[in-house]
Amino acid sequence: MRMKVSDEGLALAAAGGDRAAFAGLLDRHYDRLFAFSFRAIGNRAEAEDLTQDICLALPRKLGGFRGESRFTTWLYRVAVNAAHDRRRRAATHAKAASGWGEVELARRAEADEAAEAQDWLASAMATLPDVLRDTLALTMDDGLTHAEAAEALGISEGTVSWRLSEIRKHLRALRETEEVGR
Amino acid sequence: MTDDLDDLKRALAAATPPPDPARRSEILRMAQENFDAAQGSPGAARPMSDRPWWANIGQGASTMLNTLTSRGGLAATTALVAVGFLIVTPQMRELLTPGGGADLGLREQPVVAPNWPAKLTQRRMRGEGQRADAVEMEELAPEPALETFASDDADLAAIAPASPTVSVKQAQAPAPVIAGRTRLASGAAESAVSPQAMDGSVAGYAGRLIIEQDIIVAQPDPDTEAFANEAPNPVKSVTTEPVSTFSVDVDTASWSVVRSSLTSGRLPPVDAVRIEEMVNYFPYDYAAPDGGTAPFQPTVSVSATPWNADTQLMRIGLQGELPALADRPPLNLVFLIDTSGSMQDADKLPLLKQSFRLMLAELRPEDQIAIVTYAGSAGQVLAPTAAGDRSTILAALDRLEAGGSTAGQAGLQQAYQVAEGMAGDGEVSRIILATDGDFNVGLNDPEALKDYIADKRETGTYLSVLGFGRGNLDDATMQALAQNGNGQAAYIDTLSEARKVLVDQLTGALFPIAGDVKVQVEFNPATVAEYRLIGYETRALRREDFNNDAFDAGEIGAGHQVTALYEVTPVGSSAILNDPLRYGTSDATTTGSDSELAFLRLRWKEPGADTSQLVEQPIPIGSGQPDADMAFAAAIAGFGQLLRGSDYIGDWSYGDAIALATEGRGADTFGYRAEAITMMRLAESLSR
Repeated sequence: MRMKVSDEGLALAAAGGDRAAFAGLLDRHYDRLFAFSFRAIGNRAEAEDLTQDICLALPRKLGGFRGESRFTTWLYRVAVNAAHDRRRRAATHAKAASGWGEVELARRAEADEAAEAQDWLASAMATLPDVLRDTLALTMDDGLTHAEAAEALGISEGTVSWRLSEIRKHLRALRETEEVGR
Repeated sequence: MTDDLDDLKRALAAATPPPDPARRSEILRMAQENFDAAQGSPGAARPMSDRPWWANIGQGASTMLNTLTSRGGLAATTALVAVGFLIVTPQMRELLTPGGGADLGLREQPVVAPNWPAKLTQRRMRGEGQRADAVEMEELAPEPALETFASDDADLAAIAPASPTVSVKQAQAPAPVIAGRTRLASGAAESAVSPQAMDGSVAGYAGRLIIEQDIIVAQPDPDTEAFANEAPNPVKSVTTEPVSTFSVDVDTASWSVVRSSLTSGRLPPVDAVRIEEMVNYFPYDYAAPDGGTAPFQPTVSVSATPWNADTQLMRIGLQGELPALADRPPLNLVFLIDTSGSMQDADKLPLLKQSFRLMLAELRPEDQIAIVTYAGSAGQVLAPTAAGDRSTILAALDRLEAGGSTAGQAGLQQAYQVAEGMAGDGEVSRIILATDGDFNVGLNDPEALKDYIADKRETGTYLSVLGFGRGNLDDATMQALAQNGNGQAAYIDTLSEARKVLVDQLTGALFPIAGDVKVQVEFNPATVAEYRLIGYETRALRREDFNNDAFDAGEIGAGHQVTALYEVTPVGSSAILNDPLRYGTSDATTTGSDSELAFLRLRWKEPGADTSQLVEQPIPIGSGQPDADMAFAAAIAGFGQLLRGSDYIGDWSYGDAIALATEGRGADTFGYRAEAITMMRLAESLSR
């Protein structure tokens, strides 16, 4: 019977103190949280840490969930804020070169042809501003609709579309510079 | 041609590794531990002393949700609360002031919808996020049966979506609901609710309702903001109510909140607007005390009202004396800092740290500092240390980390204990509580907290509250705590605000020069027909409390200024709103002199003294052109009334406020007034 319960039902039950509901909820969402974290941060170890931040903060945050939006939307909002905080902490510790930036550095040291697709991804992600990266991560595969992503990011739906077009613009500019460089 | 964006998404999806299983189970285990720990300290611990009862309604609902653990109970609670809204709201609609409820973004409440004006039924649809599931309850058990209901084995699968869409086929009469509401509000309900205050509560409640219902649209997590306010003061007839009494208020939090809202592109919540705090935010050029007995000097002036040609604006300004800084007694400061997870935003703990660094530079070596934290890293993190030992203090500040999820252990008690340990002869002790709205300070019962603070006030330790960040701001509790603790409540949104509150006003914020300052104005019926006090709604006193020394009122600190504005309607003016009484006596008019507008009485106590002293002076009639200060104060008061949607300012507009404020800008050494004009412009654009 438990499996039939919606995310929202589980979340409200967990907010009311139901242990099993909380465990079920986390188990259900851990993998997508991690995927989001990785895409937003670009480094596996950091992504695990970010996922941990989010999961450990959830019991307390759950009290703020009122079942008015989809649970995933609400959860991603928590995740986006956590990612934001983590980056800021990283920046204050002058470790801004971690994550996608690190990958970019590694790429330059490496001349393996087979990694070209990965290269392009890394350089694209490394040069993308954080907000665009978050927006991208939220709108990927089975992620959120633009409306929900907007809600999770605390922006308007129009801004989501605008950000996605910014990413396209960014990619186009990137390809042009790379082609010139060749 | 392939889309770059799709390529990027594909590549990114392919590059995403699976989570590490060992780490996964480890994290899930730790999260579960946190979950268990959190159950021991439900969010209900937030004390609510002196908050208006309506501010607690939503809180009560979450308390119930948090405490009822059985599934059926959860469902019952949700339904009960939903019914509470259904039954209460249509009645409230009648009472809403035009600007009071503004744009209610009410969502999916089928039973209510037909009763609301068309505008209100335009519910926002939110795409796939909208839950269509409806919980239908055939019967609602009356409140006493709640426990029984709680043990009922309701089917979670059916009720689980527990969405806001709750339709009730057979709500069982309002009676149980009202009972439920009263129960929710208990603890704060004693604060006698006059009919006039009811209006305010209702408007406030509506504001609260928007906040509860309208998550996401306005601002991050707005669901927990609460503001303290009352309905705007009405026009009063001098024949029926010749005396107006209020307590001084040196708080400025409201202006900062208004500014923070406007700069983020929203008009402020109506209840966040407290006009006296907006007016008091700005420095005015009042005459300094002349060395008489009272440590403050009243200045009174009367001039034309900008928004009404037939009335006059009477200003009462109090200027607190500024003792020589070098002579000030040593200070003992205990910072009580909220380090809960929500404090980690850039405009919270980091801003707080910067603010304290600024302040530290202004302290003298013999001043003592201690730091106590609550929530997260608990307890005393800095033992009392001389302010001269800057490196130790700064290191302790830097170590503060937001991010605990455990409730604090009696943080406030500990802070008072530390403060008492530091107290010496002739020294001033003050606790500075810094928080973003989480008042989980260890005392759960609001009344107990209020009593505790009031009791500690007698020991001579003052309590000031600094609010940081938006989203969770609990202005109502901030005000209640600071008022009970004889302190100041300020809201800090920028570093320059921190400088103003903590550095420029260091003396004032930290040194009280007069306690329990009460103002009473008796209007002369021979010259004044009607009057209206602009602002000070939350500071109103009963007439008889003026002479009651046991009755607490506001403090004035060194260099503080207090400004109060009355709009008065002279006898014979065409602006008189109330008809004369048919059976009224005209005795009073014969005794009043034609040369006096009103009579001003001020009561105050030496800090720590038990008996008050009285200052009296007549206010002559007069109607000069307003000076720059007066024009500016009037512009701010008008601005506040515009933001509150007041009826009394006619078609006076933001444009008029801007023109008047520009005229009254004066020297504006610190640029505060220029900023105010910018805010008016923003509000003008946003209101269109």
